[in-house]
Amino acid sequence: MGIFLGAFSYPLHIYHSSALFLMNLVPNRIAYQSLFKIIFYLMRQNLLKDYLIYLESQMQEPDLSIEISGFKMGNPLMLASGILGTTIASLRKVFEAGAGAVVTKSIGYEPRAGYENPTLVEVHGGYLNAIGLSNPGIREFYNELLESKIDDLPLIVSLFGSKKSEFRYMTSLLDKLNIKAYELNLSCPHVMGFGNEVGQDPKAVRRIIESVKEETKKPVFVKLSPNVKDIVEIAKVAENSGADALTVINTIRAMSIDIETFRPILANKIGGLSGPAIKPIAVRCVYEVSKEVKIPVIGCGGIMNWQDVIEFFLAGARAVQIGTAIAYEGLSIFEKIKKGIRDYLIIKGKKSVRDIVGLSHDF
Amino acid sequence: MAFPMIFNKPRIVKVLKVIDESPTVRSLIFKDDLCSKAKPGQFIMVWIPGVGEIPMSVSMMKDGLAGLTVRKVGEASNALFNMKVNSMIGIRGPYGNSFNPIIGKVMIVGAGTGLAPLMPLLDILTDKSASIDMIVGGKTVEEFIFMNKIKEILSKTESKIVVTTEDGSYGIKGLVTDAILPILKEKRFDMIYTCGPELMMKKVFDMAQEFNIPIQASLERVMKCGIGICGSCCIGKYNVCKDGPVFDFQMLKEVKDEFGLFKRDHSGKRVMF
Repeated sequence: MGIFLGAFSYPLHIYHSSALFLMNLVPNRIAYQSLFKIIFYLMRQNLLKDYLIYLESQMQEPDLSIEISGFKMGNPLMLASGILGTTIASLRKVFEAGAGAVVTKSIGYEPRAGYENPTLVEVHGGYLNAIGLSNPGIREFYNELLESKIDDLPLIVSLFGSKKSEFRYMTSLLDKLNIKAYELNLSCPHVMGFGNEVGQDPKAVRRIIESVKEETKKPVFVKLSPNVKDIVEIAKVAENSGADALTVINTIRAMSIDIETFRPILANKIGGLSGPAIKPIAVRCVYEVSKEVKIPVIGCGGIMNWQDVIEFFLAGARAVQIGTAIAYEGLSIFEKIKKGIRDYLIIKGKKSVRDIVGLSHDF
Repeated sequence: MAFPMIFNKPRIVKVLKVIDESPTVRSLIFKDDLCSKAKPGQFIMVWIPGVGEIPMSVSMMKDGLAGLTVRKVGEASNALFNMKVNSMIGIRGPYGNSFNPIIGKVMIVGAGTGLAPLMPLLDILTDKSASIDMIVGGKTVEEFIFMNKIKEILSKTESKIVVTTEDGSYGIKGLVTDAILPILKEKRFDMIYTCGPELMMKKVFDMAQEFNIPIQASLERVMKCGIGICGSCCIGKYNVCKDGPVFDFQMLKEVKDEFGLFKRDHSGKRVMF
């Protein structure tokens, strides 16, 4: 045991990184394993220290930073809208936990209490929610932003509305503040007159994006719904109307009924499904949309681990949003995923996360 | 292959027993394994089918049974209050952290249905044979609940009960916080546990700070998801449903700009106390 522990007399990350580095050099797994055995023996004898440190210095740390239409992020993981984003304090906590950017809950023109409880219920593979766009209204939200320190926060404000005048007013009010971008929620699946209803009408989509773009120079992302006839068609309309990026996808209309009482569980009866169950749908949407538009696509839907993130990148996403996974894993998920992506990039010999965007399109 | 169990979905249970605690407060007893193993201070989301879903402290856990204690104040709590034996309710949870029982001299300050999460704590504390000073407050004598049970539990250990009412109809006339000060001056405590109206807890916290005594307070905020993702119940950087509901000295200090000053309504708008 003593000898074994002696092998780990250097910081563990040195072994880890150099092992990954070697994996990239050797031709196959068996060769790698034999090599590793030799190295492990040498490590035990403390003969490799200088060489390992040399390897570590030679190895290039993969670059996780990305840029979306001028908005720079330290890593491609964003907090999805609707999760935790009630206050700046809670958004800051998510940022400090490792998110590259944070998106607020959707803010509207007037305060909205949202739906009665139950607003959330777990199902196999995810969660159903019908919170109902609860938000304190743009003026109260603006006042809270004024009182908060947000300069260093990669803060994206999510907006919803039913008319372009509402979007116009909200954007012009917020634009004086140091928020970094907007995300237009044209896709909430369970509120009449907002979100999805607006988001499946190409004319409304165009009017809203154009009016927001007139009020701001900041990047404007548009969050799209899978609950439409053809997501690619709406994506193209959004691109042509001036959207700087597309967030794909919002939750999917779904329902859960209690068999004892015969009742739909959600007070609103129908809600939006999130979580691993919707990931294949989201990957398909990202794939289809990113093939047809030039603006960046931000993947969202059911991401639970780093493998999921990689899948979204290969499908064509340039960043991803994480939400429901926090219910399963807590905020530590951001650091876990970052580490997973980093190791993956080293093994695959990629210098930057940008190098794997859309690679699945080649096949 | 079996699917993994879903935890965050209402489990339908039948009300087995209804106990009148006061004209406006009742306890409902039901059978549920998970809730019967809840820790003191934890809460459940209670679905009243067709009406709503509200957070409720688990006020009793014993032999596979659990209880909740509800005061009729709003639509959902009224409906819950009016549940009869054999009525069906949905429960999910237990959620949140719990009171941390210590061995030593403790003070418990409760008022109204704030006593609900303190009752299971009391059970555990008497087992640890700590000395307990229990201070119970209320507006008037009709509001008091659990008094006989409290006396019974406390008779097993070194303890003292102080009761205050604002109108003097029971115990000392005055606020519960007025009764605490002389006790704190006289005796050194290792922990204060409190649950009740937030302004009361705020005063208790201020006194705990002054006398430098650790404190655990159970907070209440608007709750929707119950699992720490929707953010409705946020106070500062914390979610009451997940990081709480029990806040310790350090956490209370971190939320001092909100605790006892304002809460958020269903829209997230700030409402002053």
